[in-house]
Amino acid sequence: MGDIVSLVTKRLALGLLTLFVVSILIFFAVELLPGDIAEAVLGQSATPETVAALREQMGLNQPAVIRYLHWLAGAVTGDFGTSLVSGERVSAAIGPRFLNTLFLATYAAVIAVPFAIILGVIVALWRNTAFDRVANVLTLTSISSPEFFLGYVLILYLAVRTNAFPAIASLQPGMSFIEILHRTFLPALTLVLVVTAHMMRMTRAAIINLLSSPYIEMARLKGAPAWKVITHHALPNAWAPIINVVALNLAYLITGVVLVEVVFVYPGVGQLLVDAVSKRDFPVVQACCLIFAATFILLNLLADVGAILTNPRLRHPK
Amino acid sequence: MATNKKKDVLLKIQDLRIEAYADEKWFEIVHGVDLTLHRGEVLGLIGESGAGKSTIGLAAMGFARDGCRISGGSIEFDGMELTTTPQSALRALRGSRIAYVAQSAAASFNPAHKIIDQHTEAPLHYRIQKRVEAQEDAMELYERLRLPNPQEIGFRYPHQVSGGQLQRAMTAMAMACRPDLIIFDEPTTALDVTTQIEVLAAIRDIVDQFNTAAIYITHDLAVVAQMADTIKVLLKGEEVEEAPTAQMLENPKEDYTKSLWAVRSFQRDQKPRPTDPNVKPVVSVKNVDAAYGDTKVLDDVSFDIYEGMTVAVVGESGSGKSTTARCITGLLPPLKGEILFKGEKLPPSYKDRSKDQLRQCQMIYQMADTALNPKVRISEIIGRPAQFYMGLQGGELKSRVDELLDLIELEPSKYYNRYPTELSGGQKQRIGIARALAAEPSFIICDEVTSALDQLVAEGILKLLDKLQRELNLSYMFITHDLATVRSIADEVVVMQHGKVVEQGPKDVMFTPPHHPYTDLLLSSVPEMDPNWLSTLLEERGVDNIGEAAEI
Repeated sequence: MGDIVSLVTKRLALGLLTLFVVSILIFFAVELLPGDIAEAVLGQSATPETVAALREQMGLNQPAVIRYLHWLAGAVTGDFGTSLVSGERVSAAIGPRFLNTLFLATYAAVIAVPFAIILGVIVALWRNTAFDRVANVLTLTSISSPEFFLGYVLILYLAVRTNAFPAIASLQPGMSFIEILHRTFLPALTLVLVVTAHMMRMTRAAIINLLSSPYIEMARLKGAPAWKVITHHALPNAWAPIINVVALNLAYLITGVVLVEVVFVYPGVGQLLVDAVSKRDFPVVQACCLIFAATFILLNLLADVGAILTNPRLRHPK
Repeated sequence: MATNKKKDVLLKIQDLRIEAYADEKWFEIVHGVDLTLHRGEVLGLIGESGAGKSTIGLAAMGFARDGCRISGGSIEFDGMELTTTPQSALRALRGSRIAYVAQSAAASFNPAHKIIDQHTEAPLHYRIQKRVEAQEDAMELYERLRLPNPQEIGFRYPHQVSGGQLQRAMTAMAMACRPDLIIFDEPTTALDVTTQIEVLAAIRDIVDQFNTAAIYITHDLAVVAQMADTIKVLLKGEEVEEAPTAQMLENPKEDYTKSLWAVRSFQRDQKPRPTDPNVKPVVSVKNVDAAYGDTKVLDDVSFDIYEGMTVAVVGESGSGKSTTARCITGLLPPLKGEILFKGEKLPPSYKDRSKDQLRQCQMIYQMADTALNPKVRISEIIGRPAQFYMGLQGGELKSRVDELLDLIELEPSKYYNRYPTELSGGQKQRIGIARALAAEPSFIICDEVTSALDQLVAEGILKLLDKLQRELNLSYMFITHDLATVRSIADEVVVMQHGKVVEQGPKDVMFTPPHHPYTDLLLSSVPEMDPNWLSTLLEERGVDNIGEAAEI
């Protein structure tokens, strides 16, 4: 077990290092944007004196490196500064919305991951049959369509025509859990449609890749039925690539939801990010980017650990 | 072994035809083979690669690999016609009444499950035993097969157990449902000679104890002589001849069989070292230590190779033979010690060596398949080193490539523009040799160059290497685990074990007793054609003093 702990620790350290580099990129990329933040805040009618005063007040006259360090120090403790537009704490603005985004992502993942993997196993079992082809075509179609298009199609059929689900996924305080699930079903379903194909195809490919292995032939020659050959002999050895693709898609569920949130008017981070960009609210943009990057890095880290834990050679060293 | 076993017929195959799918057509690869096996009888199937041995073995289970189909004939197993039996009923035979032991146990055990869980899979599936019962039975079989710690070894994962032990565990697994018939498909080919013995002894024991019938597939005559009551020789999907073992060994009828028997007869004269003490060896390995990461793999290795001589480096897998080669070529800089070339010290890493130093030492690999880039024409594979080291261009380069193809006895006009995939295994290995020669080296490392080849083809390669050595005055370092090859071409022998040189000297001395105990173990473990060889050896040494357990 000592090996695994040290491996995981190494990965964790590497993840933190990556996050540090990303934070530098985010800060200085925003820094490079044209225009002056003070001027942007005050608008065109501002006098040079008021602009200078605001610059002084915001600390913009300090060198960029010092400001970066201040920002980083704050970010580490969860303090991303104040919004330039509303004057609110950025963390207070993002916090509840990030929870909403997490909720939607979890909702979609709970449906999509088991669905995609089970479907992947089934198409691997029935490979090259009509079912396999139909499943491939359908999932490919859904992944090839832009998510806003899928969203509108779902709204048309499941909200406008049949009235089964609400078209707008706005949340009010005091809603019951069931109500929330019902209200957010359409955005969740859109996300499911977007991420299923990738995971299903990877599951299928990873399993089929193993089917020519001698131990699969051995399992057949021991009289194991076809489904057992797939689930018991191939799948346990196929986890590493599957987990990696699942992690990538989970990360996408959190960071790629911007359009879906806009389509369904869902109060998540994506909406906030779009607003912040259009209003040049830089502290909010930076905070969102950093949270997205951290999500990506964390999920990939989990995927690495998962791949290690499913490898018997690493789990049970000689 | 053949006494009084022949009772009723268990398996009767008649006019078996099998087709394989390639280039969008079905090709017949087994052309009407007959086979009769009685209860408790062991039939040896032997032949070169492509003879259809494994395909026939699997057909005896009613199984055809993906891309193959049984296209004609009948397979009657204990009164059941397998060619017309539905898949579900066939599946019910597999693992329960007919079991299979594969060539590489390391690849055929599922890495994700414990050995004993794989062992009990079939008995549980067929509801023959409850889990605990099946596990106890597995442990008993492990004990009978003389596996160490029979109570505990099954609870390990396959990668935690050595190759020889895994192969025995796989034999135990085949026995789990006490089948009537076991197909052994080259079960010892991937093992070292010393490990091979313990597996052979174990297999023979258990087949005797349970009076199980078996089909034993191998390309090694000496091995099949120990195991089989009857031997059937196959060539390209057709039967050559079949006879009881003793008769087949003493008196083979067909020319092809005789040629198989005669393969090991090639032997070239042994050359002595130069007597003049001022002559420096071409390559001199001096007190070399090397490691992969923190794992030390070479410990104080020293030997010399003189001009025009062949030094065979022998030992089991993991003994450090190939690592020594990597040190000489500079791919793995040694931790300690030095490599001298004609008395001059070579830089430890290939990166620091001059073009001329690099040119002098070339390598030929075991797997010609993977050592040649499949996307590059033969002319370029051979021409590239000639261009790089000799600076040849245009017409000069072409005539040099032609010359090299002539040297390796391949018609230049025919092979110049071909790709490696269009060649046979032996031809590919010849291209590997030509590529090494293109650099005009004085020293070539041959790393198991014949072990992936059939015996007759390997013989051709050995003869070619010998001819080239005489014509070009080359020195060879010949890495091999096959002592028959050593006998035929070596001048000197270096025996390695656990990264150390345990013994070295001229071949005739090395093959005459007294030996170092490890050399003795290696030599005595090489199967001989005598059908009683294994029994005699086991009597001499005792069943518990062979293979990994042997005291040396």
